[in-house]
Amino acid sequence: MTGWSQALSAHPAPTEDAATLTGNRGLQLEEKLIFEQDSAGLSGVDLPEPPVHKSRLGGLERREPIGLPGLSEPQVVRHFTRLSQKNYAIDSGLYPLGSCTMKHNPRINEKMARLPGFADIHPLQPASTIQGALELIDTLAHWLKILTGMPAVALSPAAGAHGELCGMMTIRAALTAQGDARQRILVPESAHGTNPATAATCGYAIDPIPNNARGRVDLAALKAKLGGDVAALMLTNPNTCGLFEDEILEIATAVHAAGAFFYCDGANFNAIVGRVRPADLGIDALHLNLHKTFSTPHGGGGPGSGPVALATALASHAPLPWVVHGDKGLSLLEHAEGLAARTIGRLKGFHGQMGMFVRALSYIMSHGADGLKQVAEDAVLNANYLRVRLAGTLSQSYPGSCMHEVLFDDRFLKDTGVTTLDFAKSLIDEGFHPMTMYFPLVVHGALLIEPTETESKASLDQFADTVNGLAVRAKSGDIAGFHAAPRLTPRRRLDETGAARKPLLRWRPESPSREAAE
Amino acid sequence: MRYLPLTPADRAEMLAAIGATSIDELFADVPATARRAGLVDLPLAQGEIEVERALSKMAAKNIAAGSVPFFIGGGAYRHHVPAAVDHLIQRGEFLTSYTPYQPELAQGTLQALFEFQTQVALLTGMEVANASLYDGATACAEAVAMAHRITRRGKAVLSGGLHPHYREVCATYAQFSGLEVEALDPSPGIVEKIDLDNETACVVVQNPDFFGELRDWSALAARCHQQGALLIVAVTEIVSLGAVKPPGAMGADIVAAEGQGIGNALNFGGPYVGLFAAREQHVRQIPGRLAGQTTDTDGRRGWVLTLSTREQHIRREKATSNICTNSGLCALAFAIHLALLGETGLTRLARLNHAAACNLADRLAAVPGVRLVTGSFFNEFALRLPIPAAEAVTVLAEKGVLGGVAASRLYPERDDLADLLLVAATEMVTQQNIDSYSDALAEILR
Amino acid sequence: MPTLRFTKDHEWVRLDGDTAVIGITDYAQQQLGDIVYVELPAPGSRVETGKEAAVVESAKAASEVYAPVSGEVVAVNGAIADDPAKVNADPMGDGWFLTVKLDDLKALDGLMDEAAYAAFVAEQG
Repeated sequence: MTGWSQALSAHPAPTEDAATLTGNRGLQLEEKLIFEQDSAGLSGVDLPEPPVHKSRLGGLERREPIGLPGLSEPQVVRHFTRLSQKNYAIDSGLYPLGSCTMKHNPRINEKMARLPGFADIHPLQPASTIQGALELIDTLAHWLKILTGMPAVALSPAAGAHGELCGMMTIRAALTAQGDARQRILVPESAHGTNPATAATCGYAIDPIPNNARGRVDLAALKAKLGGDVAALMLTNPNTCGLFEDEILEIATAVHAAGAFFYCDGANFNAIVGRVRPADLGIDALHLNLHKTFSTPHGGGGPGSGPVALATALASHAPLPWVVHGDKGLSLLEHAEGLAARTIGRLKGFHGQMGMFVRALSYIMSHGADGLKQVAEDAVLNANYLRVRLAGTLSQSYPGSCMHEVLFDDRFLKDTGVTTLDFAKSLIDEGFHPMTMYFPLVVHGALLIEPTETESKASLDQFADTVNGLAVRAKSGDIAGFHAAPRLTPRRRLDETGAARKPLLRWRPESPSREAAE
Repeated sequence: MRYLPLTPADRAEMLAAIGATSIDELFADVPATARRAGLVDLPLAQGEIEVERALSKMAAKNIAAGSVPFFIGGGAYRHHVPAAVDHLIQRGEFLTSYTPYQPELAQGTLQALFEFQTQVALLTGMEVANASLYDGATACAEAVAMAHRITRRGKAVLSGGLHPHYREVCATYAQFSGLEVEALDPSPGIVEKIDLDNETACVVVQNPDFFGELRDWSALAARCHQQGALLIVAVTEIVSLGAVKPPGAMGADIVAAEGQGIGNALNFGGPYVGLFAAREQHVRQIPGRLAGQTTDTDGRRGWVLTLSTREQHIRREKATSNICTNSGLCALAFAIHLALLGETGLTRLARLNHAAACNLADRLAAVPGVRLVTGSFFNEFALRLPIPAAEAVTVLAEKGVLGGVAASRLYPERDDLADLLLVAATEMVTQQNIDSYSDALAEILR
Repeated sequence: MPTLRFTKDHEWVRLDGDTAVIGITDYAQQQLGDIVYVELPAPGSRVETGKEAAVVESAKAASEVYAPVSGEVVAVNGAIADDPAKVNADPMGDGWFLTVKLDDLKALDGLMDEAAYAAFVAEQG
């Protein structure tokens, strides 16, 4: 074993009485980097020695060692198991991140995605050998069309932001085809950061629209900003304050009257799935996050999938490939020709996130039309239940009922010396993942709570009791614990400033000279 | 409904607590014309048995790669994934956690990403790597955009040996951003002439290239740097770096790679994992997430997402990319598989692939009428056939052999590529598979 | 006393002959928190009034520094690029950003003096 000095983090945590010889604390096990567990020559995979043959690498053999460590399978399994135990997850508890829809991920979805007929097929196999895969894509598209009420769905985008890019590019393509060089995109101040970032990627200028006092788009301000150079409005509905845009039909009418398109960020579709069709709201393009509403796992940051529902005016610009019905069954249209002559082109390699399509279809079939409607209703019911359970102690930003998530701000912490961050970190010690903090930007010290429909009433009650208890404690002046929180996690608050000032983004061996000097 | 824990009694009690008489009251903000009384026109809920039956039926209509002699590559490769990989990524603590924004609750994901970034940097021979992008093609488009930001120049030159999907995605991304993309003609087996001028932001090449050819791009890197341009090297078969000189050693400024080949199944094209590595001096222009090492308030080593001011949730329209969700779990699978392989395992895996491809190339090139076009290759090469390659692929499939990719599937407009077939062999190919393939090909061409 | 003026975007500018020294105010550094990164323009380049001249970042926020005056960049403070904490520690002194050779010596006329800026900050709450 090589003892890299930078690596040894085994000195005991100085917190209270929990100091141990190993630095481990019961089930919390310290774990070094794989690079610090190297036994040169070991491998966790036994492969045969290749036959002797003449190299055809053209003199480009890799001559220097790569620097990868050698470990056996039990070491690797233990390493990643220990790492996993340092994570919070939906499987472990309530995960009330607003605008993230952290719902239960059914395991049948995982099982289905691993069927060899889906997992072990190559994207460039002949069409005759992948009819079932195309049928699955076509079936998913059909469901999504029915649920959105829109005539076309582009399935290839790899995530929500990628879906936004797809939608905004089809809009730009449609306008360009009309010879219309509109330059401005209206984006509410409460929007996800991906919205302005996407519009900028499409070469557009961003013009923010303020919220009104009710947490919705200020219709008058919107109308004042609409004009001949506005290409589109990007609106999230239900919005990031957890509210349905109740003037959405007027908004759509105004946007269309100005000759612009109406893009909707469907990140919060969970609130309305099976109950409200975006097409009935005047929306021209909308992305769905299969990893939110349709339960494909978040996986610690992906992979996701971001299909985009498109109105007729945009559908002909959908990205490649398209699944089409023909004489020989289903096939892929992979080039800008025929029906797809006006496509924006290809947005990613191959055909989209097939593994996510299988999971999402499995989820949708499991729920059915009735179950999905119940999903929306229970999601909204759970959020409103938390809203009233927390109303006495927290400060709700916009009064009245909410949709699938409820927004509070930090007025309830005024003069307590406790910040939104402190409050959220103290929830960690109580065994809960914090809510989304400091987003949306339209209220001060935001706390955005989205419980989802897969929480039981008992789970909501326990969470509400905890949040209320913490709020009472903060107001009582007993605040030292808030500043110290979290105290019971594998690591306490981390120095993000230091990390950003001197970025250390990879492991490196200590230089031999330094080692020798030690 | 097995996924919904509320009972009818719970719902009634909760509505009462809210002070609503019905669930409809909570949807009162929805315009009346958009409220739907009944259910959408779709089937009703089903149990696991029915869902499994229906989906298995669809899956059974596909020919799984593992059930036939299989030689398709073209940017996605069928490698063995050890059982431990899939076991570990299905641990709920990895599978069902969010992007690690709360570092105290996500040290597992963050440490794994830090290890992943180190592995990618080591493999590519670069200084730093990010925590993944969607796939190789989008990583390539992001690399081009990054070169545009760094050099403030307006033109990207794409090699004819770059995977056509990567070329197309670069073009799609660039079409509204004001960046000019110059895509050179695909020319298998020929050293292309790449012209640079003062407006060239970057040149994008691939190694091994789309036709399997290996090249040393060091001289091009030097020319790029002389001209103030960046060299971007794409790698679509990441296992090749177990045997082949890495782009970093050739002078690449950015590496955009597809990581599917390590840890990830074919999955009909996704989800995959985009690898992105660069020189440290450009770190603030890198798109996507970065895990960084730091310490906690007790002085213990830990990890956080860092340099977040590059990203959309802070920088909004000035972000380096709009990317948010990336390929976290696929990156984890990559990290676990590579941890299992280690130096010894990866280099041996790469040599096995090369040996299988050499064996296959010799056998197929010996079939009368077949000509091997690729000179130096890793595990994939191009053949010229006496008949259109698309026809050969179809007939081979009828004979139960998935024999490769016809270049015409990706370049239908190029008559000069109509007879070109791309063939790949990995460690999964047996001698028997190779025999079946060469026999079937010989029969077709007889 | 050299002329010292302030902008509504919380930059300060101090006149030194025909050269202006520019930085961000104590209020600005407090609002940003611990500064982790500073991006400065190239000496010899031009800055324009109200346009971006530099970028300053904390771990969780990024902010543009707008040029209070137009002119040619004479020098930049490399010390804050190496050690951004200097901006937090001494924003009006060691934490200066850049010096600019002024196009127009009257360019400072429309800006706030120290008292007016103090009142402006007080209004911000």
